[in-house]
Amino acid sequence: MASIFRTLADLWSLVVGLGITGKEFCKPGVTVHYPRAEVTPEAAASFRGPIELIGLDKDPAKPKCIACMLCVSACPSNCIAVTRAPTPKPTPEELKAMAEAEARGEKPKKPAPPKAPGTWTYDFSLCSLCGSCVEVCPVDSIGFSHDIYMVGTRREDFVFDQLARLARKAAARKAEPKKAAPEAASAPAPAPETAATPASEA
Amino acid sequence: MNATISFDSVLHVVLALVGVAVFVGLNGLLLVYAERKVAGFIQRRPGPYEVGPQGILQAVADALKLIGKQLVRPDRADPLLFWMAPVLAFFPVLLLFLPIPFSPLLTGWDVNLGLLLILAFAGFNVLALLLAGWGSNNKYGLLGAARAVAQSVAYEIPLLLAVLAIAFQEGTLSLSAIVGGQGGMPWQWNIAVQPLAFLIFFVSALGETNRAPFDLPEAESELTAGFHTEYSGMGFGMFFLAEYANMIVACSVCTVLFLGGWKGPFLDGAWWFLAKVYGLLLTMMWFRWTYPRVRFDQLLNLNWRWLLPLGVLNLLATAFVMKL
Ligand code: SF4
Ligand code: SF4
Repeated sequence: MASIFRTLADLWSLVVGLGITGKEFCKPGVTVHYPRAEVTPEAAASFRGPIELIGLDKDPAKPKCIACMLCVSACPSNCIAVTRAPTPKPTPEELKAMAEAEARGEKPKKPAPPKAPGTWTYDFSLCSLCGSCVEVCPVDSIGFSHDIYMVGTRREDFVFDQLARLARKAAARKAEPKKAAPEAASAPAPAPETAATPASEA
Repeated sequence: MNATISFDSVLHVVLALVGVAVFVGLNGLLLVYAERKVAGFIQRRPGPYEVGPQGILQAVADALKLIGKQLVRPDRADPLLFWMAPVLAFFPVLLLFLPIPFSPLLTGWDVNLGLLLILAFAGFNVLALLLAGWGSNNKYGLLGAARAVAQSVAYEIPLLLAVLAIAFQEGTLSLSAIVGGQGGMPWQWNIAVQPLAFLIFFVSALGETNRAPFDLPEAESELTAGFHTEYSGMGFGMFFLAEYANMIVACSVCTVLFLGGWKGPFLDGAWWFLAKVYGLLLTMMWFRWTYPRVRFDQLLNLNWRWLLPLGVLNLLATAFVMKL
């Protein structure tokens, strides 16, 4: 008996469902008729394009990345390759300090490798845009780009050196600090660095 | 009926059949367009948009494409059954329109057993689906056909019970007489007296016409296209037209039985009938784009455990009240 009443009460959810679709039906559409209408930056912002590195707040040309390699192992398609920045050669002063420390019988303080990536490459041709890397990054250094105009004619066009891309973007942003806010969606995509010799294909 | 069928009445029926064929064809185009627009708007897309203003010619273009396509039969399929199925699906549907009173003057064939005629000929549809699935020699087709049969047989019973409740109440099986027994105002329609029967009828009609959420015979995600997997070109087109024609018939009968047919608050006529039918058709589309498809056990549970007992109770109550 109780189950009968519960079923009858649950029928209400059908009406709720109809209400939701009915409401959506009456709202205006959100499709942008692209070649006839321009894609607004707000519309482009909902686009989940190839992932990109996010720069530090105070130095947008440098990524927040600490080279922890979590994204490399999280990616199911092996799109990401990160290497650590090389340990800097000790300066003469540091060498001297190390030698003195050794002479005193202490452990010499070797310079630690920097917490930054040396190279950060990303193969968009393998990426399924699953977002695992975005989610896993502990310092929020990865995000989806909103570049809807990216095209390429060769597989290599989609292998990005993300450090160079970030630096280029930061430089472009510096050049025109006013307009840069919404990702410069309407600007043509910057030529991928690997496509330096596009004429060779033609 | 008269023993002598005059030449006039035969001519009348033939003309009505031609008219119905045109009506079904045009409505097929219209409903396909409407369905895709409704789907688009519910998902906040524009729907068909490119062919003609607001995509109005999209359905025509699709129809031309279907007509122009080659008819392909799978190698091991049974040629007779395979080609019989779409014909059998489409042509009996035309007959279903004959007894429907669009208006007092616009009735193809006003038989006093109209309701019975519709219910009897509607049974052809399931036979056609079965032949299509069986004749295709395709496992998805066969599964779809098996589902179609189980579903149609099951949903026919509550449908009949709901129809019977109205027939008891009005004491007739003639559709015109049933309309005549109702008034023009919404509270004088049968839906006000028999809301439960209306609900049972509409849900069963969804099941009978294989509409979502009961579209298991052609469940795309499980059975590619179910019984019409192997059909292309006009073979598929006929099934498609038949499906929409069946929807129109179901909605028309629903309008006649429960919504006062061609009667309205003012200016009785075919426009009221059509407005109500299209209203119901839109509701069917609204359902399709709202509810997910049910599982097969849920489908049968709903029928045997809810609709059937409710239909029986409703019928008993109606009979009891009528006896008083
Ligand atoms: S979005 Fe997914 S597939 Fe693409 S790089 Fe990140 S983890 Fe790999
Ligand atoms: S998970 Fe983030 S911090 Fe770690 S290597 Fe990837 S981008 Fe750098």
